[in-house]
Amino acid sequence: MSRYFTEDHEWIDVDGDSATVGITDYAQEQLGDVVFVEVPEAGKQMAKGDDAAVVESVKAASDVYAPVSGTVSEGNAALADDPSLVNTDPEKKGWFFKLALSDTDQLEGLMDEAAYKDFVANL
Amino acid sequence: MSQNQVSQPNDLDESPPADQKLPLDAWHRAKGARMVSFAGYEMPIQYEGIMAEHLWTRTHAGLFDVSHMGQVTFTGKDADAELEKILPGEIRKLGLNRIRYSLLLAEDGGILDDLMVTRRENDIYTIVNGATKYDDLAYIVENMSDSVTINLMDEHALLALQGPKAGAVLASLIPAVDELYFMMAGAFEHEGMKLWISRSGYTGEDGFEISVDGDKAEKLANMLCAHDDVKPIGLGARDSLRLEAGLPLYGHDLSPEITPMQANLGFALSKRRREEGGFAGAERVLSEYPEGAAMKRVGLNVEGRQPVREGALIIDENGNEIGQVTSGGFAPSLERPIAMAYVPGELSDEGTKLTAEQRAKPFVVTVTSMPFVPHNYRRKPKA
Repeated sequence: MSRYFTEDHEWIDVDGDSATVGITDYAQEQLGDVVFVEVPEAGKQMAKGDDAAVVESVKAASDVYAPVSGTVSEGNAALADDPSLVNTDPEKKGWFFKLALSDTDQLEGLMDEAAYKDFVANL
Repeated sequence: MSQNQVSQPNDLDESPPADQKLPLDAWHRAKGARMVSFAGYEMPIQYEGIMAEHLWTRTHAGLFDVSHMGQVTFTGKDADAELEKILPGEIRKLGLNRIRYSLLLAEDGGILDDLMVTRRENDIYTIVNGATKYDDLAYIVENMSDSVTINLMDEHALLALQGPKAGAVLASLIPAVDELYFMMAGAFEHEGMKLWISRSGYTGEDGFEISVDGDKAEKLANMLCAHDDVKPIGLGARDSLRLEAGLPLYGHDLSPEITPMQANLGFALSKRRREEGGFAGAERVLSEYPEGAAMKRVGLNVEGRQPVREGALIIDENGNEIGQVTSGGFAPSLERPIAMAYVPGELSDEGTKLTAEQRAKPFVVTVTSMPFVPHNYRRKPKA
């Protein structure tokens, strides 16, 4: 399994042609206290760049875009009851949705962990 | 908005002027604040987090830097009568060291700003909003007799100490503040600092607003924060606290297009002034009293957990816009979303169910009385 990152501060764990997507620790830190998350329903087809999820902090609403194309296999139901998981455990329990990838070639343009760390350090 | 409509050859740089720094700038950064641009200043939006800061203020005491606000004094024997030309409140009979909330009104009755007015021994002291202070001054100068001297105290900082522990904390340093009740003020001296202290604020809690020389602001902030019950609080929590308290925010819930009765601020129209008129916009403003205006500011409870924010529409069953949300967010003390909106008067009764629309999604909202969280002021006991 390998982890990729986007410039929109999402992480993607890829295992074969299935992927799990969430937002990074840096992203949750910027958002502040998360009070609501809307995740996509299973079966929803998304093209790279589509609106995939909504995350709301006390201060503002933000969109989460599909980092790659695919079909949603599961949204994280735990976030409805406890949206603060995005703050406390953004890169594990605070995942947003799982996806069956339709084009694994799209992963090639993404960053690995070291590259993402450099990217954030230069913001 | 540019003052100068004529383009000039040497005026090609349209980048906004750099934000100014306030006296406590370095202090905020040392405390770990995240700074943002607000009203032309760099201001702390949060320290440890809006939620924690909000809840701390509701249970302990929070220290807010509101030095961006305009502190303006009016001196001269007719200062009160002159102010009454543009404010609908009772200023002439305002008691010494008493504070009144008022509205700066345009000729058409629209609200140019909201402000606090205090009669002091030698002047009238007002606090106006930071983002509007220069426009306010221009309007006031234009509408006031030259016999009144107007002074913007831009060398002064303004700190607010708010929360149920605020009274005990400040009295532990300056015991005499215990004599102040809600909407009273006075001059105090402490360790070489000359302080003008008002028992007022913008959180719904008991607390104070303290005017201090800019070069003494850090000393005062350190002195207050040395107390275990006090933490610095950013603008983010200031906004969620005032929303829960049902207090309108100028530029969002109040604007030049809104009249006092639309804003549901009829209490700011003092009795004598309603009877006598004689203030800017009086004809229109009084024609809307007391029945109210076609549109009215109300509080909304929002079903579910997702906040409905400023700019969301209130729609009728056919999807037509009938109102607008002007403030909205998640209420940390209630753990649910709340909002303020303008809705038609006939739909403004408590309990009325309405539909808000945000990003093409409908939300069930219910008109409710404000404040959302009860005020906790230290009012003077009735004699």
